[in-house]
Amino acid sequence: MTDLYESQRAMRAMRRAAIQRGVVAILDVGTSKVACLILRFDGTEHVLAGDGIGAMAGQTKFRVIGAATTRSRGVELGESCAIQETERAIRTAVQAAQKMANVRVDHVIACLSGGQPRSYGLAGTVLVDGDVVREHDVARALASCEVPDIGPGREVLHAQPVNFALDHRSGLIDPRGQIGQRLACDMHMLTADTAVLENLIYCLKRCDLELAGLASSAYVSGMSALVEDEQELGAACIDMGGGTTGLSIFIKKHMIYADAVRLGGDHVTQDISKGLQVSMSVAERIKTFHGGVVATGMDDRDLIEVGGETGDWEHDRRTVSRAELIGIMRPRVEEILEEVRARLDAAGFEYLPSQQIVLTGGASQIPGLDGLAPKILGQGVRIGRPLRVQGLPQATTGAAFASAVGLCLFAAHPQDEWWDFEMPIDHGAARSFKRAVRWFRDNW
Amino acid sequence: MRPMKDPAPSRMAYRMNRLMLTPRFRLFLRYGLPVLLIVAGVSIWASDEARRDALAERVAELRRQVEERPEFMVRMMVVETGSPEIEAEVRDILPVDFPVSSFDLELDTLREAVEEIDAVASASVQIRGGGVLAVTVVERVPVAVWRRATGLVLVDAEGHRVQPLDARADRLDLPLILGAGAGAEVAEALEIIEAAAPVTERFRALRRMGERRWDVLLDRDQIIMLPEDDAVTAMKRVMALDHAQDLLARDIVAIDFRNPRRPVLRLSDAAMQENLTTRTRVYEAVVE
Repeated sequence: MTDLYESQRAMRAMRRAAIQRGVVAILDVGTSKVACLILRFDGTEHVLAGDGIGAMAGQTKFRVIGAATTRSRGVELGESCAIQETERAIRTAVQAAQKMANVRVDHVIACLSGGQPRSYGLAGTVLVDGDVVREHDVARALASCEVPDIGPGREVLHAQPVNFALDHRSGLIDPRGQIGQRLACDMHMLTADTAVLENLIYCLKRCDLELAGLASSAYVSGMSALVEDEQELGAACIDMGGGTTGLSIFIKKHMIYADAVRLGGDHVTQDISKGLQVSMSVAERIKTFHGGVVATGMDDRDLIEVGGETGDWEHDRRTVSRAELIGIMRPRVEEILEEVRARLDAAGFEYLPSQQIVLTGGASQIPGLDGLAPKILGQGVRIGRPLRVQGLPQATTGAAFASAVGLCLFAAHPQDEWWDFEMPIDHGAARSFKRAVRWFRDNW
Repeated sequence: MRPMKDPAPSRMAYRMNRLMLTPRFRLFLRYGLPVLLIVAGVSIWASDEARRDALAERVAELRRQVEERPEFMVRMMVVETGSPEIEAEVRDILPVDFPVSSFDLELDTLREAVEEIDAVASASVQIRGGGVLAVTVVERVPVAVWRRATGLVLVDAEGHRVQPLDARADRLDLPLILGAGAGAEVAEALEIIEAAAPVTERFRALRRMGERRWDVLLDRDQIIMLPEDDAVTAMKRVMALDHAQDLLARDIVAIDFRNPRRPVLRLSDAAMQENLTTRTRVYEAVVE
């Protein structure tokens, strides 16, 4: 655990350095596209010194000065399967964004959707040292959480304190300075596959970029697609990406659960490709131009030119009705949504006070999804787009950029993680001496 | 359909692109590299001695062409002074071959050379329009004739040598001073001579004794010995005595004023004899 702590702290230091320099790149390596945004941090108007635990380096205002998107290569199910290809895609996106920003970026904050994220709820309790809760008490409380066996080949991606309880009072956001004896904390830990993370880190290193932060794309999409009320009252964000569909549940502005279904828009395209006997690119074009999930009588008469370049005239001049296309797409979309429903049920989403579900991501743009999704996920479903950030080009404001925009917010206002607190001194050599001092103080 | 070209930049192109976006590198490209190239080019060119010499020659040639333009040439010299001797001497001493470029004339050196002449108190040298080198000379005014072992010489009020003199008779209007070191004290000598105005007709010369005090030499070989200090006052006292008692008209060889509080008269032998005779006669008359 210690070296994870160290590496995450090193990443935080890198992020602070990047923000000090004023320029940081945001990289969303997805299955269907690689998006790179370049943020410039300027202005320290909203410096909240000592207010809350967050607000690192006092930098809050940022502006997107460069944006580029390229077709992703060598990524399947959100995981890099061909390192060289992924690296080329990243290079393309980063170079184009740098060209637009006319600035060189050295630090990158990346997110990944694959790696089979798994959520764990942790709880820890400590007795407060003295009367007032101080920062080291919080750190001790976090350190006292019993870490479950996350299995071999897994790495902790997020470890966020989501709730503090002091004696009988629960739901504290920041317990520091409060008076009490028993401090309990709940922590949400998200793990991901080490190999997937390492592949991504390796790609970035090959591109001469320093990693200044890593986030789960399910988490950051939630940050950008959910409005504040939804985050506060409880909501699930479903990021329907190309290779995976991530879902994250928020309550009280904290993520309490995240998971990913290894199904996405690319599977719909594959189905079309197989069903209509066309190439993937043709299938993708047909899906985006004519796709849908709710068939009407009109769609039987709506014939679509399939097209193709096989050279076989008969084959290339086929037409399909839109109803047929919908017949291919709908079962797959339903499957994805049912899988998501199952994950939400497993997470106990129905017990949340508010059960808003927000669909975002590229695959959420299928026409008719807003009619299909409530049938499977229940009422309170809306299609969400990421919130607007300053300087973002119009082309990158779509639902497909939810995680990229969320990553911008994550870069500007990171949630406090376990490694943002100092390691409790009890783990060090001073432990026995401190214990002796305490014993003396208690007995005389 | 043609296969599409890979849009991804190669690793090398990507690195190059990032390098070009580095502000420091761009600054170097904009300023450092041109400076470096120019310095390198110049130093390579100048590493050959023949080229360096050729350049120096070209520069010298160009400079000479400018200097020798008629606007800068000096063709004649004008000496503004009272006496033709000094003018001749100045022309003699200034080694200028006309025509000459004004860039080659060192006016300060010329002025110093002119001021080297004894008869010149100060001089100014300037180049006037029309290529004229004008030397303006302020002469020294001789105030006394100084007789030295080497001969007669005229000196000015500061005791500076003006010019040698062939015969005393040439400048009878100037007083004569004698003795080693007399030239250095000309000013005092003049004051003494002024104080001796009542006996101007009898005045012969002023002699510096042992480079510390003056003797006034009158005709009939009379000598007035003056003290080291305050010689002028002493001279005035002698003149007062003379005025009151007609001292100098008497048969006296010397008036010794070296100690002003105890002046001593030295009578001539005849006067001494006369005095003795008179006294004896008076004594005998008293005794009888």
